[in-house]
Amino acid sequence: MQAFIDQLIKDGAFAGVPKEVVYAIAMVVVALVVLSAFVAPLAGVTSWLERRVWARMQSRVGPNRVGPQGILQWLADGIKNLLKEDLIPSASDAKLFSLAPYIVFMGFLCTFVVIPFGANLIVADLNIGILYILAVTSLVVVGILMAGWASNNKWSLLGGMRSAAQIVSYEIPAGLSILTIIFLAGTMSMQGIIKAQGWAPWDWFLFDNPFTFAAFFLYFTAALAEGNRTPFDIPEAESELVAGYVTEYSGMRFLFFFFAEWGNLYVIGAVATTLFLGGWQVPPLPIFDNSPVLLGIAQFVTFFLKAYAWVFIAMWVRATLPRVRVDQLMGLCWKYMVPLSFVCLLGTIGFMFMPADGRRIFGIITFGFALATMINFFRRVVFQIRAAKPELYFKPQI
Amino acid sequence: MRAVVNYAKDICAVVASTFEGMSITFSHLMRRPMTIQYPDKIPVPIQETLPLRYRGILEVDLDICTGCLACERDCPITCITIGIEMDKETKQRQFKHFDIDVCKCMYCGLCSEACPTGAIRHSQEFEGASYNPAGLVRHFAPQPANLYKPKKGGETEPKLITKVDIGLKYLDEFATPDGGGAGEE
Repeated sequence: MQAFIDQLIKDGAFAGVPKEVVYAIAMVVVALVVLSAFVAPLAGVTSWLERRVWARMQSRVGPNRVGPQGILQWLADGIKNLLKEDLIPSASDAKLFSLAPYIVFMGFLCTFVVIPFGANLIVADLNIGILYILAVTSLVVVGILMAGWASNNKWSLLGGMRSAAQIVSYEIPAGLSILTIIFLAGTMSMQGIIKAQGWAPWDWFLFDNPFTFAAFFLYFTAALAEGNRTPFDIPEAESELVAGYVTEYSGMRFLFFFFAEWGNLYVIGAVATTLFLGGWQVPPLPIFDNSPVLLGIAQFVTFFLKAYAWVFIAMWVRATLPRVRVDQLMGLCWKYMVPLSFVCLLGTIGFMFMPADGRRIFGIITFGFALATMINFFRRVVFQIRAAKPELYFKPQI
Repeated sequence: MRAVVNYAKDICAVVASTFEGMSITFSHLMRRPMTIQYPDKIPVPIQETLPLRYRGILEVDLDICTGCLACERDCPITCITIGIEMDKETKQRQFKHFDIDVCKCMYCGLCSEACPTGAIRHSQEFEGASYNPAGLVRHFAPQPANLYKPKKGGETEPKLITKVDIGLKYLDEFATPDGGGAGEE
């Protein structure tokens, strides 16, 4: 991106304007383009798809009125929320109260700087890319705690406190799982991590050895907890805390929190794809040889689909698992996930001493195990469909 | 040692139950939903699928209403207002208005139990949405209408026979479940 702007400056597109001003304007323009052209539709469509998938998993219909199959529901919801009154409770700390949603939103949006959508499609390939993501997503906890405190409401404060404890705790297993990949790749740059993998599934870090396979699920679980997703959504547990830290928010500020939550799902999927699933790597087909545009599109589509598959799985988990209690949540993190992620880290280090051929065999065994699990899973699904009484489900009037 | 075994068992239980639970939810994704979107058309309108004893919005068949005011007296929240006046030309008593405020109605069904002819009864209608409360007041006598006078030995006028039968059937099946004897304690 910087090279492109340098080229424009060299060509004299901004004659007489200081270089720094051009960079500053370019940053704002890029941020706006990313926000309006990619992040907003993405978070919106995710919100619609989540409600739809969730409904179908609960044998309901879900939103299907606005547009074909209700796909424009997110626009209707967005407009509705924009037009609503923006209430700021008189007892609240007005400045912090209005600032908090933007901090949460910023913590989520900043991650898009280093997400590699393709070999060339990245805003900035920082050499500390994954560390940067860990750092800026920690900003979310500041915003949430700020929202909880500034609302001057006991439910909000409890939600904010719970969220802070949860996010800070789950950053440890997430960070340790990421560390296994940093060890394997030898770099923290997002592009560097992807380039260390191959396009074929058995070349991914996910199937490098059994420990990275386990580390992937630890990372995904910890990331769900960091994103306040349902098995771990105690900060906004409706049955206990009204809505947690968003209790007092309305209109657009409320929307910003959920914008961040749904967008964050995609970030979780994108980071998991980058670290474990080979990112944008596409097979070296002959049609890509002479057309970089086609290659770029193929890479983007590959990355997007891989990342979105994990968004779907997060929705699926949300429809499946009940909410855990606070003590269960903390117990899961400190008693199970932190030790296990240490085991994964040490195991991966042990594997790195092994000669490449031996690692390859373990990688293929892991891949075979994952494949067998998938096949077994779909056998269970078929069994569940057959075990249910079909006459109960094929009559829509019931 | 035992703690370690339990620890490993816990992990296995979590993984196995999540696996099984996710296969169940995925199988539901494959099925058709059990519910339908509310205003969608189904082969039979929803109101016709409701049981006869469904307590929907009150309706009055003014053709067989005797104007005894029993329903107005029995209504605990006075949501029924009936105005009866003597018409000077025909020397007959007429309904000036017969209004039921559906906003107030609590669907207790006392009015339909007190009605001697079964003229006032619960319909299967349940969609009461309106833009203002005044729209929920049902006017059953838009024009002045004569009172119904039951004839000795049964109704003879063919237009009214079916209506009287419907009213009596309603009384038998709903208002007095033990059959006949309306108003008996």
